[in-house]
Amino acid sequence: MKHAMQVTVTTRTRASTVAGSVALGLIGLGLILPAFASRSLIQDLFFILTMLTLAQLWNLIAGYGGMVSVGQQAFVGIGAYAMFAGVILLGWDPVFAILLGGIAAFLLAIPMAFFAFRLQGAYFAIGTWVIAEVTRLIIAQWKTLGGGTGTSLPREATADIIGVATIANLFDLRDAAARDVLAYWLALALAVGTMAAIYALLRSRNGLALAALRDNDNAARSVGVDAGRLKWLVFLAAAAMTGLVGALIYMQTARISPDAAFSVTSWTAYVIFIVVIGGIGRLEGPILGVLVFWGLQTAFSDYGSWYLLALGLIAIAVMLFARGGFGA
Amino acid sequence: MIWLDTLVQGLLLGGLYALFAAGLSLVFGIMRLVNLAHGDLIVLAAFVVLVVVEATGLNPFLSALIAAPALFAFGWALQWFVFNRVLGKDILPPLLVTFGLSIALQNGMLEVFSADSQRIRVGALESASVDLGLVTVGIMPLLTFASAVAVIFTLNQIFYRTALGRAFRATSDDPVTASLMGINPRSVFAVATGLAMVIVTIAALYLGMRSNFDPSIGPARLIFAFEAVIIGALARFGAR
Repeated sequence: MKHAMQVTVTTRTRASTVAGSVALGLIGLGLILPAFASRSLIQDLFFILTMLTLAQLWNLIAGYGGMVSVGQQAFVGIGAYAMFAGVILLGWDPVFAILLGGIAAFLLAIPMAFFAFRLQGAYFAIGTWVIAEVTRLIIAQWKTLGGGTGTSLPREATADIIGVATIANLFDLRDAAARDVLAYWLALALAVGTMAAIYALLRSRNGLALAALRDNDNAARSVGVDAGRLKWLVFLAAAAMTGLVGALIYMQTARISPDAAFSVTSWTAYVIFIVVIGGIGRLEGPILGVLVFWGLQTAFSDYGSWYLLALGLIAIAVMLFARGGFGA
Repeated sequence: MIWLDTLVQGLLLGGLYALFAAGLSLVFGIMRLVNLAHGDLIVLAAFVVLVVVEATGLNPFLSALIAAPALFAFGWALQWFVFNRVLGKDILPPLLVTFGLSIALQNGMLEVFSADSQRIRVGALESASVDLGLVTVGIMPLLTFASAVAVIFTLNQIFYRTALGRAFRATSDDPVTASLMGINPRSVFAVATGLAMVIVTIAALYLGMRSNFDPSIGPARLIFAFEAVIIGALARFGAR
């Protein structure tokens, strides 16, 4: 060819600019919402935001990284227990103890990845599940933190959490409601932070490599993508974030037991359901999925196990007939 | 001689885990499908056997014989209508479908059979034992172990002596070439899952006679099966 081809790369479209502004508007609205929203709305939003964050993190490792983990409850549980340990054993403020949750999950993820990465595909899934079960059994032996029956955050620790008094004065709320507002803001920060980080990662060189790996492992390796390093990076980062979310969730409930904190249904099955119905391997999938999930939960959770039965069947139907999820 | 006793009892209990694992391994070996609902299918089969026992008043072993064809049909249909549609290069869809099935089965059984612990009663056989000199072993664990050996021996005979086994091995090695030779991989897969459900029925029979079961214990059985498969080397049936 005589002259070099003129190449234009577009990474932003009008739709993405509009979506970006809407997102910023929503975040602003979310920040000031406690000024006029009811306590139950704040609690619902806390649930939505924490589930959304867990779903985004699972989507990152499974949808983009191709690592289908069924052991995410290990990180939620260890994060929550590390937070409780920080408060009960070290006398830390619960908000700072949340950071311990992230660190503990990160530390657990290192041996977990070491073993689980030796397993392929579906065996990776059960492998992570087994490790999560083992972690639950070990934690249940920890007598200081309540053993198998669990424990609560001491009243003196929940009474003066940093910032709660300020929030109570600011919005003229009782302490319990102010704690919910604090938890909600932290959940909002975690959700926005997680999504921004995933978005940034996907636009970076590493994100491109990750997508290439998912689409064709061999081709990606042949152009020099270091698969092992990337998988470690993504798995450890997602684990640490999941630990933070777990710690935050249990700061809000203030009561913990091994069966609840390491529940495969609550922290992995629901999360997978959210990602699958929203559309796996897409940043907007979990957002749509969590809204559908919350709607179903609000409308039908009184039906107990019929509701869970239906969730399982919906997940199967989506995989059979609408592989891309409702977002496709 | 307590160490010998522990070893023998452990070995006999291993027979039950081998039965759990055989079905999982059979399906994985032939179609590379890891069935996350395997444990719940074992519990389902235990309930089916229990229902037959209660409805007909027959001996549990005869009841399992009646339940097995029904569960074969169930496994066949599950593969034909559901799993066959999601098998492929992408490992995610089959995983998610079997995980969804696991949740659906657990909660469906909870609604139908309630959360009460159940047990398949076999009368005097439950506590019968034989004295082998150095150790005394229960008749039930002995039967479980013998059945596990028989199941694995039979599977081996099927794999290496029959036309069906040849089809299993051929499809496992290369489904495309196998289909050139007049084998329909989809129906081979369906028969394999049906056969796995028969093994599941045998496992469920011994599980239900040995201990209490309720709808929530499936995932732990899956983990036992998985560990037995991992420790004993992945999928010796059909896959090399």
